[in-house]
Amino acid sequence: MIRVLLPAHLRLLIGVEGEIELAIDGPATQRAAIDALETTYPALRGTIRAAATQQRRPLVRFFACGRDLSHEDPDASLPEAVATGAEPLRIVGAMAGG
Amino acid sequence: MSGVRLLVGTRKGAFILTSDERRKTWDISSPHFAGWELYHLKGSPADPNRLYASQSNGWFGQIVQRSDDGGASWRTVGNEFTYHGDPGTHQWYDGTQHPWEFARVWHLEPSLTDPDTVYAGVADAALFQSSDGGESWREMAGLRDASGPKWQPGAGGLCLHTIILDPTNPNRMFVAISAAGAFRSDDGGQTWKPINRGLRSDYELPDPDANIGHCVHSIAMHPARPNTLFMQKHWDVMRSDDAGESWREISGNLPSDFGFPIAVHAHEPETIYVVPIESDYKHYPPEGKLRVYRSRGGEEWEPLTEGLPQRDCYVNVLRDAMSVDALESGGVYFGTTGGQVYASADGGDTWNTVVRDLPSVLSVEAQTLP
Repeated sequence: MIRVLLPAHLRLLIGVEGEIELAIDGPATQRAAIDALETTYPALRGTIRAAATQQRRPLVRFFACGRDLSHEDPDASLPEAVATGAEPLRIVGAMAGG
Repeated sequence: MSGVRLLVGTRKGAFILTSDERRKTWDISSPHFAGWELYHLKGSPADPNRLYASQSNGWFGQIVQRSDDGGASWRTVGNEFTYHGDPGTHQWYDGTQHPWEFARVWHLEPSLTDPDTVYAGVADAALFQSSDGGESWREMAGLRDASGPKWQPGAGGLCLHTIILDPTNPNRMFVAISAAGAFRSDDGGQTWKPINRGLRSDYELPDPDANIGHCVHSIAMHPARPNTLFMQKHWDVMRSDDAGESWREISGNLPSDFGFPIAVHAHEPETIYVVPIESDYKHYPPEGKLRVYRSRGGEEWEPLTEGLPQRDCYVNVLRDAMSVDALESGGVYFGTTGGQVYASADGGDTWNTVVRDLPSVLSVEAQTLP
């Protein structure tokens, strides 16, 4: 079970408050986490990564354990603390717009 | 009891404003989709409880929402807008070619007869159709085939913002694109032709016969006169009486012929409304006076001011932010970038402030309820 914290816009979109807990089959990676998110909450399709290319949207960032994971390989393992549920994967809207 | 429902899209959510047929008092909903930009919401003429909404922002992209109960509840539907085939390129601001990229849905136009069929005008400019209530979208690619590589974005991007369906001919549709111009299909959207003869854009397009590149801001049609179109262009208010084959200017005595929206009275096909704006760089009304101008056919315009601010007003009214109802006395509505929504229940003679402190208004659509 991993924990994911979404930005406010997306929590509103799917009607959740606080963190989300997700079960992941197999290795805990960014791709697996977002796959699980989109399966559980189909309204999130296209909001974190482009549906057609699976590329992270430009103004979306991934953080965990004090690290910016945005540019990591989406198939790389998430930090152990995220994989075990000790720390949340934070999906963040980049600060932009002045 | 009949009434009116206003669907108001703003920079920070959607609001639903309702009133009875007297239109004196209004119920203002709390924000729907708070914090998101709602470029446009529109109800199905075939089922007024079926609503569609375009929800987006720069971080998380495009969402399409649908309601089956008049806006009491919503659910997300399809948001994959994939251009047909290899989309190729269009002109960029500097004249180079630029890849076609989906940005957002500017306008949603439900079918006149089928609540599950809806058209979406998007940026970069293209027309999409859904036949399953918004669950899936298919590009009507014949539009871009016409001349797409020559299109160039306006200040707001390369957006398809106007979709008009001919109630007397299901095969005829009109669209308008900034800054490409107006286009018409006579075969249900399979093929399209530019319909811009008579438009003049002297500074942007030195060629007086240019058929592509005009910055059309909006077009309005009365359903009883589908061959008559009224256009607010970047500069100039125009009229066509032959379904866009030719246009003539009807700006007449307007204090400025720059503006964004244009609307036709629901019961008077010759009565039209515009909101003059000072210029293309001063996006506020001339003299700080918010005036709607009304004309019977064009050329001669009268200012409508009663109930509207006549000093220190520096708001704008965007292209989709004016609408009319079909109640007996003919209501007219518009919203401003300052967050005000104004209503007239007497064809524009007098105005009331429905709400004055919304986020910046992007669109207003009036639904006349049975």
